[in-house]
Amino acid sequence: MFRLALRMLYGDKAKHLMLISGIVFATILMTQGGALFCGIMSWTATTIHNVRAPIWVADPMVEQVGDNRPMRDTDATRVRSVEGVSWAVPLYQSTQQAKLENGKMQMVTLVGIDSATLVGAPPIMLEGSLEELRRPNSVIITAYGVEQFSKKLGRKVGIGDRFELNDREAIVVGVCKVQRGFMGGPYLYTTYDRAVLYAPMQRKMMSFVLAGLQDGHNAEETARRISAETGLAAFTEKEFFWSTIWWYIRNTPIPINIGMIVLIGFIVGAAVSGQAFYAFVLENTRNLGALKAMGLSTWRLSAMLVLQSVTVGMTGFGIGLGVVTILGRALIRSGRVPFVLLWQNCAIVGAAVIVICMISALMGIARIARLEPAIVFRS
Amino acid sequence: MNATIDNKVAGALELKDLCKSFGSGLSYTPVLHKAHFEARRGELLMLVGPSGCGKTTLLSILAGTLHADEGEVNVLGHPLHALSESQRTAFRSKHLGFIFQQFNLIPTIDVAENVSVPLLIQGLGNREARRRAVAMLERVGLGKRAHEKPLKLSGGEQQRVAIARALVHNPPLVLCDEPTSALDSENGVAVMELLREAANEPGRTVIVVTHDPRIYHYADRMAEMEDGRIFRVLSGAEEIRTHHPAF
Repeated sequence: MFRLALRMLYGDKAKHLMLISGIVFATILMTQGGALFCGIMSWTATTIHNVRAPIWVADPMVEQVGDNRPMRDTDATRVRSVEGVSWAVPLYQSTQQAKLENGKMQMVTLVGIDSATLVGAPPIMLEGSLEELRRPNSVIITAYGVEQFSKKLGRKVGIGDRFELNDREAIVVGVCKVQRGFMGGPYLYTTYDRAVLYAPMQRKMMSFVLAGLQDGHNAEETARRISAETGLAAFTEKEFFWSTIWWYIRNTPIPINIGMIVLIGFIVGAAVSGQAFYAFVLENTRNLGALKAMGLSTWRLSAMLVLQSVTVGMTGFGIGLGVVTILGRALIRSGRVPFVLLWQNCAIVGAAVIVICMISALMGIARIARLEPAIVFRS
Repeated sequence: MNATIDNKVAGALELKDLCKSFGSGLSYTPVLHKAHFEARRGELLMLVGPSGCGKTTLLSILAGTLHADEGEVNVLGHPLHALSESQRTAFRSKHLGFIFQQFNLIPTIDVAENVSVPLLIQGLGNREARRRAVAMLERVGLGKRAHEKPLKLSGGEQQRVAIARALVHNPPLVLCDEPTSALDSENGVAVMELLREAANEPGRTVIVVTHDPRIYHYADRMAEMEDGRIFRVLSGAEEIRTHHPAF
């Protein structure tokens, strides 16, 4: 009978298409919303991803990587003295305005890495070399920065180009590739010593201390020890990542906005599919009544409806997921839209689709449970 | 008055003092009022009467798809009035064949699949069910149309498919609701020839609800209904012709 159920479903091409399209639409909305949410959240923690350090130490009030509460330079030395720490270097991060040669301004995220070790340097260099940072007034710009600067200048920007940061000259000595940040401005890398000169002078300048581990020491334990001995906030890389993510979830409307998209996707999917499936059952009322009259039990008829609904759901889910994946690849390639499609996202949407299918099937089952087989004898 | 049958031969079904009404209060409508009759194995019995006299309700109760308010329904030795819903469902799948006025063929599956439905309900495998369905279609002259969708067939052909579906699992009781009302004379005759042939098979009973006088002569007996009762049962062509000279 299950084969018959599928044949009945596939036989009504128009209805089948409509049922699938509802699920496809719902899958796209929900998966896309989830992927955008994960993408945005990953962008909020971009600096952590780009810098890559086992332990991050910050002002005790800091909860996320975008929060800049400067510390004293001597704090790096204090961290270095804690048991289990093999090295500790300063990191500077702030948002600045770069003035281009045509007078136009471009917002950038200035990152100052340790001059001696270059810890926190960009992982992939597209042009030039990291060592060039040791030359006077040198900066490394990201590929996205090249794109933004070139747009404003009207010509391709590359190595040797100059611009101003707070009236100080900056010379491009390399182009790197890093993940884009949440604030939208491109990253600009230089040494810590030079970064504090580019930035407006404050009493304290150091944003974070990055620390490494001695062999045989655990990151969590060492971070707790740093906190206890220095009074500063110390996070492992993973802890800082999740602390940043949770801060944005708690303090911004992003989850609500994207949650609404996902909810609308679910509601639209459930409404369209439920209605279409119910219409499918209604149109087949006499045939289903005939099957009941011929001795098919309500349970078996219900199982047939569940099979039809789940088949539609899985087909629509597969197509929807395929569309989102293709779209996502294009978005990732463009680098303009945050997009992270996790398997957990797919699994949750798959579960939501199953719920939609069950709702649809239950509407049909409620109808056939009430259906009197005697209906087939009425003209 | 209720008719009784004097010649009781191996009863296929027996209805005793059946009562059935619908609605309550102002909308209360009595449909069957102590209806009583019997049918034998190996006969084609027609149930006739004017519209609204309760024929379809009686057929539904016979089929076990509707429950009588009062009375007894014994079909092929099974007391339908005492069976649960699931027992009646199982009973229908094994013992009854149905032919509906509007054919009720599933339009999205092919003719052979439609015919195989009763076998699939009984749990037979797809391949064997289809093989038997095609063989039954051969018997009703539609073997070559097995792969076509029902809507590509004429009304007469669709009703022949419905007959094949009703007979494919070899049920001892076949219930037909106005099988010729949607057909022209030629197709009506073809359909009744098939039903007559089916009734001739040993141990089988065919009950035809109709008000089509063109087919009265196919009946072995005729039960006439009026106002929710069976008021007369006619036996044999002569007696039927006497009371219904038009056929």
